[in-house]
Formats: sequence, structure tokens, C-alpha cells
Amino acid sequence: MISTKELRKISDTVWEIPIGYKQGMRVPARIFATEKLLKEMDDGVLEQVTNVATLPGIIDCAYCMPDGHWGYGFPIGGVAAMDTETGVISPGGIGFDVNCGMRLVLTHLTHDEVKPHIRNLVDRLFARVPAGVGSSGFVKISQDEFRVVVEEGAKWCLRNGYGWNEDLERTEESGCVGAAHASKISDKAVERGYRQIGTLGSGNHYLEIQVAKPANIYDPEIAEAWGITVPDQVVVMFHCGSRGFGHQVATDYLKVFLKVMEKKYGITVPDRELACAPFLSPEGQDYFAAMNCAINMSFANRQVILHRVREVFSEVFHKDPVDLGMHQVYDVAHNTAKLERHPVGGRVREVLVHRKGATRALGPGAEELPAIYRKTGQPVIVGGSMETGSYLLAGVEEGQKTFFSTAHGSGRTMSRRQAKKQFQGKKLLQEMEARGIYVRAVSHAGLAEEAGPAYKDIDDVVSATEAASISKRVARFIPIGNIKG
Amino acid sequence: MPYEYLDDIATADAAFVARGDSLEELFVSAADATMNVMVADLDTISPAECRTIQVENDAVDLLLFDLLQEIIFYKDAESLLLRITEINVSDCDGILRVSARAFGEEINPRKHELIVDVKAVTFHHFRVEQAPGGWEATVILDI
Repeated sequence: MISTKELRKISDTVWEIPIGYKQGMRVPARIFATEKLLKEMDDGVLEQVTNVATLPGIIDCAYCMPDGHWGYGFPIGGVAAMDTETGVISPGGIGFDVNCGMRLVLTHLTHDEVKPHIRNLVDRLFARVPAGVGSSGFVKISQDEFRVVVEEGAKWCLRNGYGWNEDLERTEESGCVGAAHASKISDKAVERGYRQIGTLGSGNHYLEIQVAKPANIYDPEIAEAWGITVPDQVVVMFHCGSRGFGHQVATDYLKVFLKVMEKKYGITVPDRELACAPFLSPEGQDYFAAMNCAINMSFANRQVILHRVREVFSEVFHKDPVDLGMHQVYDVAHNTAKLERHPVGGRVREVLVHRKGATRALGPGAEELPAIYRKTGQPVIVGGSMETGSYLLAGVEEGQKTFFSTAHGSGRTMSRRQAKKQFQGKKLLQEMEARGIYVRAVSHAGLAEEAGPAYKDIDDVVSATEAASISKRVARFIPIGNIKG
Repeated sequence: MPYEYLDDIATADAAFVARGDSLEELFVSAADATMNVMVADLDTISPAECRTIQVENDAVDLLLFDLLQEIIFYKDAESLLLRITEINVSDCDGILRVSARAFGEEINPRKHELIVDVKAVTFHHFRVEQAPGGWEATVILDI
């Protein structure tokens, strides 16, 4: 639990830890949270966000979003922008699951139309989108072809018939970041990942069928502009990442950075998980190129899953996915470091923004957004626990203060082992079904670990982002079907 | 039990302490502890396939790190659940070498009660040290 004594209250939702808090801090740290959320955060957040503030080249502040909790190196919810010339790049600021992210897909169907088919839909999705420990997908490609996938991202999927052209512009970075070089990834990373395109993974990864009830539409104008137009409209949301490939890329370079950080570059950090190298160093550039490959693998993964979701709905409702209105709303990345242009010290320049368990949330007018979202701001998809529901938010102009970053989920408050002691997977499954949520899970024990009370209250998290003016509410979705690894 | 899970260290992940009379025993325990995060009952893993694992490092903690990463690697690359049965740790002029044989089989959700995937070994609180009567390691796995 964080004590507010150590913090300077800037506003009801912004708390600052001054430079003097810890030796080596180059900038202050700022936590975006209500007093209630702050008190629920573990001490690790305070320790880690101030560690981030010691990294060379950090600009303005080290930030933590309202869903923040203890992580490795950076806290989950950590955001830091680095000067590209004097700053570092750190795998600890990105996470092992590079570009773990969320995708949201519309349908024209209503809850009443879907209800009689929910078991069939969930059962088929469970069969078509493999989940759980070490699962492999249906896309059978060679290791050489996989090296092409990781350079091309979702664009590779479209060339191979897994998607619609419009999906790309509705994906962060159009589903493919540049400067992704397969020559910088290890054979081991390729071997771990090449069979896993189109798989969910496990832990907090899921695929959900959800409903937008009229009472849960907070900004009807934006909701309509984004295609949420029918009362009790059904949508599909999923959360997954770059699978074993991204985990291996992160591990490979963590080891490289630990070797060179101190000896070659004279950088010392308070935690080995903050291992880093100057962004412009050979090691920094190699990692950036490899990490970009993992970002692309994840975009490809979610693109293939979208294709499978459309196939399943089409089979069950005997209609073309186009006629079912299965447009993608957006795809957001959580764990990345990206070169972005932001105003710093009075002029707009390129900085390297690390977001770990945080979402980019561009405001209205941002050039990077496709025409359909330039007026409204960027759609931000925030996943809640499987029991409580999820949110669709919009980026706001005032988001500039966090380099246009906001929360990514509800954030855990209970350990996995404690959740397993407190909840029984099978019983939870039955209880959820009685409440109208049909769940298929690979593992009952894994399911118990993801029980709703193991997470923070998502309403609190989202309210805090709104009160802090880093994003605003558009709609809330209630789950009716769920697949878990 | 040569390993025990720690409840309160890692909110979103899995932490354990493993012990052994020797480095070899410690490494076998830590590999089992890692596998046991993913599979509920290790006795359900039949020794149908064998893989030889060889890793080397100049630091004993990084040696265990590399060994555990190999177990995680085979889980993704070949869908193999492995347990180390034979292992030798040697020291050649300051370079520590592990030579091990691991037995196991392909993941079968009908046979193996799967729990949760392990993404990576982390350096957070990561420690390998001599303890009274042997060796002890503290490991946090990213889930």
C-alpha cells in the first residue's frame, strides 16, 4: 500500500514524487490515480516508477497510469519518453510480452439475436482460436516465411487473405512498424514463435463476446461515429500478444544489455530488470529492430484471430462477415517503445516513448490517426476482468501531459495463488453461466486466477483517467461469452 | 518438497524458492517448479521424448536462468513438457557448464491438467546462493 505522505498532491488524480525522493532521479515521477486507487497500489509501484526516473535521457517525468501495479523494471502502467540522442531503450520498459494488445470488432447483431447461439459461437471460437500452454495455430508457415511475417506484420496477413484492407488503418501503426529487421532476431525466437500465429496464449489473455447496453453508452455521438448504433449491440474483444516469439526477443536482449550496460556504457541501474543501452548504440538499435519484429508478430497474431472470429460468426449466422457488419473498431498496443513526435520544451520533436501496460491515446486532430478517427480522437480499448466488463475510451487533447498515454486494463490486486485459494474454477464457471456469461477455459485453475475480485474495479480506473483528462469514456461492454487459455 | 511457491512476492505472476543438496539437485528442483506452474501434476508427464540440454555461463545464477529458459523454449518450440532426469554441472576454468538430459512428452490437454503459460524467467529478486546444507534459488516467472 502506498502512503500518500511521500507524495505531493498536484490534483485529485495526479500525485508527484519529487526528485529528492531517491538518489539518481533525473526527473520527478507522477502517478495518475484517485486517492483510493493510490492506496490500493502496492509499494512496488512507488519504488519502480522512481527507479524509471533515474534512467538516462528521460524527459519530463516518469509516469504511472491509474491501473498501475508492480512489474519488472518498470511498473505495469509505466510510461517514459526518452531523448533519442541521449536516452536509453530498456526491455524492462516494454515487457516480455511485446505488443500485448487489444482488438475490438463490431457486429450488427443484437444480444437477443446472439443469445440462442452463444454456446455454439463460444465452442467454435474455442476450437478455432487455440489458447493455453504452448498452443500452436492453424497458419502453417516455414521459419523463413515467419521472418517475412515479423517484418510485415498485419500487412502479411492481408496479402494471404486473412483480413480486409480497412483493418490496417484501424490498427495502431497500420499493423506494421518500420525498422523491423529479422536479421536481429535469434533462431531460438523464430523457433518459439513460428507455429503460434493465431493463438491467444494464457494468463490474462482472452477473447470475449460482449454487449453494449444503451445505459452504458456515455458518449452517443462518438459511439455512433465508431459504429455502435444499435441498442444491445454485440461486439467481440480480444487480448493477446506476440507469444513465445516476443518473450524470447525480450529475454535475448535483456541478457545482451546486462553484459554491456555497465562495462561498455557506464550505466548503472537500481534493478537488473531495468537493463538498458543507449538508444543509438549498436545494441540499442539491434534490440529496437528485434522488438519491432515482435510488435509486428503481435499485430499479425491479432489479425489472424480477427479472421477466425469473422469465419465463425459467418458459419453460425450463415451470412457474409461484411453483411454481419464485422468491422474492426481499432487495435491498440500495450507493451511497446515507439518513435513518436511530441512537443518537448516548446518544440515538436521525435522521442522514444516506452509504454508498459499502458495504451497510446491520441487526441482529436492527431495526424497519425486515420481520417475516420481524426475528429473524435483515437479509440482506446480497456479490458476489464472477465466478470466485470470492459471499456471503450477516446483519446483527448489534454492527453499531451502523458505523451498521450492512458490505462490499459483494471490491474491485479490479488496474487494468482491467493485467487486460486479463494475461488474454484469449476464453481466460477457455473456461477458465471448463471449470470449469463458462457465461458470455455483450457484450465479451471487458470480460470480461478482470473476471477473478477482479483482485479481492481475497472470503473474506478476509467473514472480516474477521465478525471485526470488523459482519456474519456465512450461505452462500457458487458461480457456474455468468454474464451480463456 | 524441494520447492515451494511464494504467495505475496508477485501479484500477477509466479514466484518460488527451490532447494537442493547440490547445484544439480537445485537445478532439477527449479526446473520442476517451473513446469509445475504450467502443469498441475508432473507425474502425468510420460518420458516419451528426450532432449539434451547444454548451457554455459560464468555466473551460477545466469546458468540456472539459461537452463530454465531452455525448458520454456521447448514448451513453445516443440510443445514439449520436459523434466530433467540426468544432470551434471562442471567448472572449466571459471566457465560453468550444465549438461542435462530431459524427458517428457507433447502437451496433451486431455492428459495433462494445464494451468497457465510461463512467458519468461525474470531477474526480479532472482538469486542462487549457498544455504546451510546445500543450495537455494529464488525465481519469479513472468506469466
